[in-house]
Amino acid sequence: MLAALLLANAVLLALFLLGATAGREHGGGHVRLAVYGGCAAVSAVNALIVLAFLLGSGPSAPPELSLPIGLPWLPSRFRLDGLSAFILLIVNVVSGLAALYGVGYGRHEEEPARVLPFFPLFLAGMNLVPVADDAFTFLVAWEAMSVSSWLLVLSSHRRPETRRAAQVYLVMAAFGTMAMILTFGILAGAAGDYAFAAMRARDLSPLAAGVVLGGVLLGAGSKAGIVPLHAWLPLAHPAAPSHVSALMSGVMTKVAIYAMIRILFDLVHHVEWWWGLVVLALGAGTAVLGVLYAVVQRDIKTLLAYSTVENVGVIVCGIGLALAFEANGHGALAGLSLVAALFHAFNHSLYKSLLFLGAGAVLTATGHRDLERLGGLIHRLPTTAVACLIGSAAISALPPLNGFASEWLLFQAVLSGPLLNQWGLKLAVPVAGAMLALATALAAACFVRAFGIAFLGRPRSPEAAAAAEVGLSMRLPMMILGGACIVFGVLPVFVLSLLTPLVAGLLGTSPLASGGAGWLWLTPVADRASSYSGMVMLLAVGAMALLTLQVRRIASGRVRRSAAWDCGFPDPSPDTQYTASSFAQPIRRVFGAAAFRTREVVDMPEPGEIRPAHFSVTSRDLVWEWFYRPVVMAIGFVTGRTNKFQFMTIREYLAVMFAALVMLLIVVVVIR
Amino acid sequence: MTDVLAQMMQIALVLGLAPGLTGLVRLVKARLVGRRGPGLLQPYRDLARLLRKDAVLADNASWLFRSTPYMVFTTLWFAAALVPTFTTGLLLGPAADLIALVAFLGAARFFTALAGLDIGTSFGGIGSSREAMFGTLAEPAVLTVIFTVSLLVHSTSLVDVAEFIAVSRVGIRVSLLMALIALIIVALAENARIPVDNPATHLELTMVHEAMVLEYSGRHLALIEVAAMVKLLLYLSLIICVFLPFGIATREVGAAGFGFGLLVYLAKLIGGGVALAVFETSIAKMRVFRVSEFLGGALMLGLLAMIYLYISRAL
Amino acid sequence: MTSLEYDIAHLFDGTVLLLSFMLLYQRRLFGVINTFAMQALVLAAAAAWQAHIHAAPHLYVTAGIALVFKAIVIPYVLHRVIRTFGIHRTIDTALGVGPSLVAGASLVALSIMLVLPVTFASGALTRESLALALSTVLLGLLMMITRRNAVTQVVGFMSLENGLILAAVGVEGMPLVVEMSVAFSVMVAFIIFGIFFFHIRERFDTLDVQYLETFRGERR
Repeated sequence: MLAALLLANAVLLALFLLGATAGREHGGGHVRLAVYGGCAAVSAVNALIVLAFLLGSGPSAPPELSLPIGLPWLPSRFRLDGLSAFILLIVNVVSGLAALYGVGYGRHEEEPARVLPFFPLFLAGMNLVPVADDAFTFLVAWEAMSVSSWLLVLSSHRRPETRRAAQVYLVMAAFGTMAMILTFGILAGAAGDYAFAAMRARDLSPLAAGVVLGGVLLGAGSKAGIVPLHAWLPLAHPAAPSHVSALMSGVMTKVAIYAMIRILFDLVHHVEWWWGLVVLALGAGTAVLGVLYAVVQRDIKTLLAYSTVENVGVIVCGIGLALAFEANGHGALAGLSLVAALFHAFNHSLYKSLLFLGAGAVLTATGHRDLERLGGLIHRLPTTAVACLIGSAAISALPPLNGFASEWLLFQAVLSGPLLNQWGLKLAVPVAGAMLALATALAAACFVRAFGIAFLGRPRSPEAAAAAEVGLSMRLPMMILGGACIVFGVLPVFVLSLLTPLVAGLLGTSPLASGGAGWLWLTPVADRASSYSGMVMLLAVGAMALLTLQVRRIASGRVRRSAAWDCGFPDPSPDTQYTASSFAQPIRRVFGAAAFRTREVVDMPEPGEIRPAHFSVTSRDLVWEWFYRPVVMAIGFVTGRTNKFQFMTIREYLAVMFAALVMLLIVVVVIR
Repeated sequence: MTDVLAQMMQIALVLGLAPGLTGLVRLVKARLVGRRGPGLLQPYRDLARLLRKDAVLADNASWLFRSTPYMVFTTLWFAAALVPTFTTGLLLGPAADLIALVAFLGAARFFTALAGLDIGTSFGGIGSSREAMFGTLAEPAVLTVIFTVSLLVHSTSLVDVAEFIAVSRVGIRVSLLMALIALIIVALAENARIPVDNPATHLELTMVHEAMVLEYSGRHLALIEVAAMVKLLLYLSLIICVFLPFGIATREVGAAGFGFGLLVYLAKLIGGGVALAVFETSIAKMRVFRVSEFLGGALMLGLLAMIYLYISRAL
Repeated sequence: MTSLEYDIAHLFDGTVLLLSFMLLYQRRLFGVINTFAMQALVLAAAAAWQAHIHAAPHLYVTAGIALVFKAIVIPYVLHRVIRTFGIHRTIDTALGVGPSLVAGASLVALSIMLVLPVTFASGALTRESLALALSTVLLGLLMMITRRNAVTQVVGFMSLENGLILAAVGVEGMPLVVEMSVAFSVMVAFIIFGIFFFHIRERFDTLDVQYLETFRGERR
């Protein structure tokens, strides 16, 4: 199985070569079809392989493979266990659909030669990270993923904001990889054996383990988008072509989550209780801040990227809870939290990629990403509208869709908080629960706004009024993803039955989130009677909906069309509608003062004056001001001070080197 | 079998009683301000009148606009059928718990707010945007209340909560007091009652819920109106079920127990309706941006209640 | 002590804290004063209840002082002060109502964290009363910091003192002398504040303490 997966990556590399050589001349036609079709086929095969692996889960020892590629004395080791397989399932399901979408979307690409070669490379990187079994292979795959996605971001390099996004992304990615290298260095220890098996066997001192936690949070956390390391994400994700944005938001963040789980739960054994506190606090803060940013954005794709930050926060909260329970010896509850986190990761990859594909369809049809130029698209893009409505409802955690099922599991884990022993955690868990609830509610408001302004109302620009539905190859992936959001919401036990054994393998205890009461019911905590069944609920609501429809029998069934009522003053101009900014105004006013230091300045002329009225809103990004600006200033200070090293005489240079040598010798003497 | 029967009765009961409850509140309010007021049955007559009228749709109304009344009504009706009123032996009890109930209310709000945006009028937008803002605070507030209660009961199932609090002696808890106040605040806001919104007004700029559904008429408006009535009943039943479940019939009791449970429930409902009317006549509506503080206070109270439980005797 | 007695004592303590929160929520001066009077009333009830269940008659004196002075006399005087001075009746906040509520909730969490580990050995009631009392004290301080009006500063100070009394009442064996001296010091403070009011008002025509800062040159 593992060999087949690696072979698939070889095919992806061949597609990269095809795209690189032939993309420039024939980027429009057959090459596009071949590259995207090939990627879709490879992803489909991969998905089937890992699904078979997960369903079988027969062999107790995960398959391993060692290939003599890379450096001569360092063979590349690969390993496929349940966690890798599950992440690969997420990766390949979404990439297959995104590749299919690319067939249609690529037709509207400005410079296909800048996308075609790197798309398969990006997929190969994301496919290799989860199966890597030593630090070297892992980092190579990780970098392949980062660099290829960076190149994809740069595909529309003529826009200045894209160039800035790519620059920030490159810096953050390099920084993240550096943190990962450091982490693996500490995990490998003085012996320097970079195989994961050797790391698993080592026992770390508490201090070293703490440094590993910090390194993971910096390295994988910056890739996943944990606040305050998220700064690159809302710049880079929207700048890429939409199907790549879907992959970056839907899948690449999950690969980063994979790295966190792999290191924190598999390679490290030592879990301190304060780890849970730190991770939980970061997760809860990320969730609330991410969605607060999202709710005020005007650009759909930026909005979706910020919402990714929010969902990563929710997943990280699950990981934090799992760490807290693990440190207190509640293995089953740790399992429940981890299952909730992974299930949420799965669900988020489905609906977020659906929404990005929808945004791509809107962009293709209208040429606009700005909400203020859209409107009324439900009439022009009916299929896209339905798919996006399902995605919006799922991301807002409305039952019976999949987003609700995973949030429900997470809330059940939160409710077990009193079992924790430490006071800090006891207080942090309910606060985190309330913050998650706040984030969920804000997400609902955010997507009412996004869907309502873009698809409902009247068109706000001529392009939106004249939009036409996108082609079948773009609609089909959206419909499949929308269907998946419904199916896994109604029957979540299918996914959970895949997750239960793999989490049991990671933690050593079986989580309670099993379908103990049958495939219809979620009963996460056996001794409590909390239960949920999307299917039964859907059937009951469906039956009652049929009853409701009987109203038409007794009521007057006639419908007349006329102008909108609008309290008697219907205005034909679409400018009189609520805009995206005005919709967000109450929320901005309630939360903005604290979160963004928002200031509204209203300049209303006195009656009789003839100057125009002015309204302006200023908001500040506190993360930039409090986190990045001090860093930049510190770097500037240090570089300013060290600048004089550039203008020294040879004698002075020699003196510096000599001083360094003597210092090192003294250090050696002192340490001995 | 009794479960099925009880569930059927419950479904019919909430629908049948909801307009009556609204009528009661209106009647008591009218009497309190010295008017005679319409009779208890006026809401039923209003609904019948609306059903007889033709529906008028704006030219650019989409399918979402037309289907929202059906979706919202069904969702709220189902949610109301989940809350134990006179008995805890309900068939659908295990299918959805308190968290799912809140999510259902959220779904109803989601679609109502979308419908408010569909026609593209400024009134619909103002209603939707304010409703979305209220929702962002009301939903976490009610979730914290639920967390508090279920930390005490060790279950999020409504049936368990009602049975636990009705049967066992929880005693008087400060945390429950805080949670009750928070839930009442949310209930007032969610049902567009007076300090937050005015259910009787049609003065455009002061209304929230009415502005969202301004464009509806005929059977669609009837469904929206009855959905609002069901929601009021739902919240009142929820408060009764979680904080005052005494006298509710458990699974084992026979028909006589059901009858008794029904009588007790009706008495509590009437008490709640009168209390609401008294409260509404004795208070003035607040500014829209005061509402965020009102609901934020509820959220903080719910959070405090949850934190507070940790220092109570035992969980 | 039976469970019911415990519950009722607990309920009174919790209500005092709840009313501290409501003080933070108010935006009108009369609302603040009425809420404060309510708090004093509940405090008196709490003290009386403790006197009853512990059979400690000196606590009735405490209850009486709280009832007469804080629930009746001081609110009455404050009402008159506002009327006679014609003070503007909305409160100017240095920190908005929402953020102050969040700050208040975190202060309560802080005091719970602080009190519980320290008093782990003592009885549950003492423990919780102490946590509640400390929260009330901190909320009173918060109110003094975040509200600009001099009247609200006085009320914040006295609500802080309510928290002290709550602690004194809840912990068994607090001598009457301590309570008397606390009550006395509050009276003195109230008189000083009264004079203070009068003088600010005379000089600046308002009770907004911001003007004092401007006058001292701390603020432009």
